[in-house]
Amino acid sequence: MKSKRLLAGPYLFWSVSFVIIPLLVIVYYAFTSDGGTFTLANLSQITTPENLKALGISLLLSFISTLVCLILAYPLAMILSQKQVNQTSFIVLIFILPMWMNFLLRTMAWQTLLEKNGVINSILGFLHLPALEIINTPYAIILGMVYNFLPFMVLPIYNVLIKIDPNVLNAARDLGANPVQTFLKVTFPLSIPGVISGITMVFVPALTTFVISDLLGGGKILLIGNVIEQSFKQNSNWHVGSGLSLVLMIFIIASMALVAKYDKGEGGTAF
Amino acid sequence: MSNKLIDFQNISKTYGMQTVLDDFNLYIRENEFLTLLGPSGCGKTTTLRILGGFETPDAGRVIFDGKDITDLPPNKRQLNTVFQKYALFTHMTIAENIAFGLKIKNKSKQYIHDKIKYALKLVNLDGYENRMPDSLSGGQQQRIAIARAIVNEPKVLLLDEPLGALDLKLRQDMQYELIRLKNELGITFLYVTHDQEEALTMSDTIVVMNQGYIQQIGTPEMIYNEPENAFVADFIGESNIISATMVEDRLVKILGVNFPCVDEGFGQNKPVDVVIRPEDIDLLKPGEGSIDGVVTHLIFKGVHYEMEVMANNYEWLVHSTDMFPVGTQVSIHVDPFDIQIMKKPESEDEEAVNIEE
Ligand SMILES: Nc1ncnc2c1ncn2[C@@H]1O[C@H](COP(=O)(O)OP(=O)(O)O)[C@@H](O)[C@H]1O
Ligand SMILES: [Mg+2]
Repeated sequence: MKSKRLLAGPYLFWSVSFVIIPLLVIVYYAFTSDGGTFTLANLSQITTPENLKALGISLLLSFISTLVCLILAYPLAMILSQKQVNQTSFIVLIFILPMWMNFLLRTMAWQTLLEKNGVINSILGFLHLPALEIINTPYAIILGMVYNFLPFMVLPIYNVLIKIDPNVLNAARDLGANPVQTFLKVTFPLSIPGVISGITMVFVPALTTFVISDLLGGGKILLIGNVIEQSFKQNSNWHVGSGLSLVLMIFIIASMALVAKYDKGEGGTAF
Repeated sequence: MSNKLIDFQNISKTYGMQTVLDDFNLYIRENEFLTLLGPSGCGKTTTLRILGGFETPDAGRVIFDGKDITDLPPNKRQLNTVFQKYALFTHMTIAENIAFGLKIKNKSKQYIHDKIKYALKLVNLDGYENRMPDSLSGGQQQRIAIARAIVNEPKVLLLDEPLGALDLKLRQDMQYELIRLKNELGITFLYVTHDQEEALTMSDTIVVMNQGYIQQIGTPEMIYNEPENAFVADFIGESNIISATMVEDRLVKILGVNFPCVDEGFGQNKPVDVVIRPEDIDLLKPGEGSIDGVVTHLIFKGVHYEMEVMANNYEWLVHSTDMFPVGTQVSIHVDPFDIQIMKKPESEDEEAVNIEE
């Protein structure tokens, strides 16, 4: 028993030094002023009009991105789950391959593609079609988020779908349900745990990203992630940055708790 | 039990290179309890899935109640299936599981409520309405699967090894339950199993299958007492299967000794297989029976003793309530009507060939 506990040592060391301590540091900075005295001013920074706007846009864009991911990922996961195993692994590979490329590179590639005189517009111009002007707009940011986070939606849904016993679906058909009814009453409810994991895994990084908005929003659209990044790097104000981070963290925890509660009500087991 | 309710006509089914069913023909009468019996992989489930609509035959037609249903989707067929591993909807309560088919058919709330009550009573699980499937034992889940099927009042209930996952005691109880259900509901049962005892206990008709081919169709008594070939004899219960020669009508030479029997029409001096059930062998004092031998093994089996008797170079399997210790000199006697003569297959391949109906 004791030796087994020792095996957890490396992980404990890791999480104490790189998760718990930094977290405590953030909490410390969030609640103190430059002089080191206790203050709530950093937290209330979130209520300035610019920051509220950034938070609002962040919530809106990540909500839309999550929704788009879900709409794209669900049918894809269904198709994948119905294929034979060896076929699937090849398709999954093709699908996962981009994930092996650096996130930054992929996003910069989109920047090049979408630019005013970028690849896409050159082709469109060549075909005498109107140019696409979405770079530096919220649309480009949504595109970047969906592109980068889609696999995180597909995989958990795919994982729950392949675990559904085909005879459970056959049973639904057997009892008179047509394919649409079978999906609505059996397949989808049984896949909810995967959907919730997917939503979590897309929504959280989308809400906190600053790289995508930097590269594809051209610095014109500030997300809450950008605001936090700027307080740390440009303004060198760790206190405000930590305060905003803490508020964002509370937002995420609250929304996850909400999702988890809904999930429990459905009898699923995402967490 | 007269008209054909279900008729498989010349069904063939191939997976890749493997032919599972080849020109398969079988009909099932109304109110019949028909069992497909055969070793694992012989095509029982495939046959059931073709009838359920989950598999399309490569050739042949499935006729149900006079109509060709070969191309009908499962939800349009008036039959219900109880799947091998229950296949309950784990996200629904027991009541919701049972109500599933009725809700799809837009039955009234009152009707559904009454049906749930009735079905739970029928499978001896009253009061389980609000439980989740995962909180039930295997036997209980199986009974819910049956309840979920029968509330739809199907003309035929298909059951694919429904008792396979249960332990012995529960399996025997469920066998009686199923017979009771069949009598109470008056619907046709198509039952699939690889367990010969289960088949003998419950069926009106047994269809013995091997490698996709029907070996014999008959009542349990016929299948047990008069197996038509060595495969059936071997598969149904323990038996002594011995190569022999049919000397003439009503006389067969087994291991060099002439035995009177009751079969006729095999010709003269024709090679045959004989089947002698272990419980049909009487052990007498040396010299009093047909072949003398010595007891080589003895095991107590509860109801009877199981013995092996070495006689004329053959180990005879004998079941008897009398005990003969190892080493006892005995003589083997078999009554003429206990000797079952079977045509010998001409080649190995023929062992799995479709018999004439
Ligand atoms: N979907 C399938 N794909 C390929 N082979 C299959 C499939 N279903 C069944 N088989 C094969 O067909 C044969 C008969 O299977 P099955 O009908 O399930 O037998 P049983 O129910 O009698 O055990 C088996 O050898 C099995 O491997
Ligand atoms: Mg089977």
